[in-house]
Amino acid sequence: MTDSNSRKIRVLIAKPGLDGHDRGAKVVARALRDGGCEVIYTGIRQTPEMIAEAALQEDVDVVGLSILSGAHLELFPRVIEQLKKRGVDDVLLFCGGIIPDEDTKTLEALGFAAIFRPGTNTQDIVKFVYDHVPVHN
Amino acid sequence: MDDIVERFLRGDRRALARIISRVESQGAEGRGYLREIFPHSGKTHTIGITGGAGSGKSTLVGALATEYRKRGKTVGIIAVDPSSPFTLGAILGDRIRMQSLTLDDGVYIRSMASRGALGGLAPSINDVVAVMDAFGFDYVLIETVGAGQDEVEIAGTALTTILVNNPGTGDDIQAMKAGIIEIADILVVNKADHPGADALVGQLQALLSLSPPGMRRPPILKTIALKGEGLEAVADAVADHWAYLAESGELERQRAIDARHQVLSVARAILLARIQQAMPGDALDALVLRVADRQIDPHSAAEELANAVSR
Repeated sequence: MTDSNSRKIRVLIAKPGLDGHDRGAKVVARALRDGGCEVIYTGIRQTPEMIAEAALQEDVDVVGLSILSGAHLELFPRVIEQLKKRGVDDVLLFCGGIIPDEDTKTLEALGFAAIFRPGTNTQDIVKFVYDHVPVHN
Repeated sequence: MDDIVERFLRGDRRALARIISRVESQGAEGRGYLREIFPHSGKTHTIGITGGAGSGKSTLVGALATEYRKRGKTVGIIAVDPSSPFTLGAILGDRIRMQSLTLDDGVYIRSMASRGALGGLAPSINDVVAVMDAFGFDYVLIETVGAGQDEVEIAGTALTTILVNNPGTGDDIQAMKAGIIEIADILVVNKADHPGADALVGQLQALLSLSPPGMRRPPILKTIALKGEGLEAVADAVADHWAYLAESGELERQRAIDARHQVLSVARAILLARIQQAMPGDALDALVLRVADRQIDPHSAAEELANAVSR
């Protein structure tokens, strides 16, 4: 077992928009839990404002967004905007779901460090988080 | 003074969030913040909400916070969920039941993992409560992990403890057992629209009628938290309990007991760390192996370990 007093990686897993398919988000949350992270799961149908506010209140290190509705280019920029508005500018961002390859560049430019599509090995997501989580002291 | 502490005292929620993280990780930085912030605490009414897994604690916390908002009060919420005993990872899902409060700037919700603590809370819970208290919320609601029969720590952390019960979870012998039921200042029968709710109220009343004379009897209140029903009565009962605490002198007594408990529990942690430092890992491994092999008993081994500090 690890030292219970050391810092834990805190991750917010959120689903913006109206699609209710949260199996993927739950699988990722569970994998990160088993990887030793503290995962805050907010449930489905979150507005960008709610996601950003939860990220602030929970002081998370990482925000992962899951979407299957196709509205990512509509909703993700608004999540980023709401995070910035609240001064939450030091979190690691990743996303997953049904996201066409041609949107990769746009999302990377928005600040998403990784996009995990269907078929991703969950261990790769855990490794990604541990490799890229910002260390602030 | 540290810039972040200054921002905290001005009411900056991001500073609050960051300071809680540092206090939670129990390092020198967090202790430094707490030293500056602690004198500002002690004004809030802290309310603990405990009960079994799935009893509706989170929903009740959300509904109670909503009731306080109607009354123009601000609310801080700390919701504890269990950490894995193996990986120390956790899923913190209490916010799901409190979504309507997310964008209310009179409410701040913080999820905490139990990080190996027994008793239904987290190792740094009292420090985090003090931080929320100092921030100036009128109420701080503390939700324990799903508690069974013996998770009574919450009574030492909150001034008022609400125990959430559900119909259909056992007969009257369950309610007669010692433990968690004894720490309740208010008993709530949630999911009161489910069959058996009135029978449970009857059992709880019968149980309380056996309390020794002169002991304060907690009120028994029915709620349907999911529909927001019965929460005015709960908020009123909390206010009554506060008045009782203040008038009876119990408030001062309780604060002194809690402070003693907190100091001793931190001292215990410091001493444990010193003991572990005094004996190098290899020696400790060898010592516990002797116990596992039944060469010495655990008490003698522990004494050997404790003596290593004074050497």
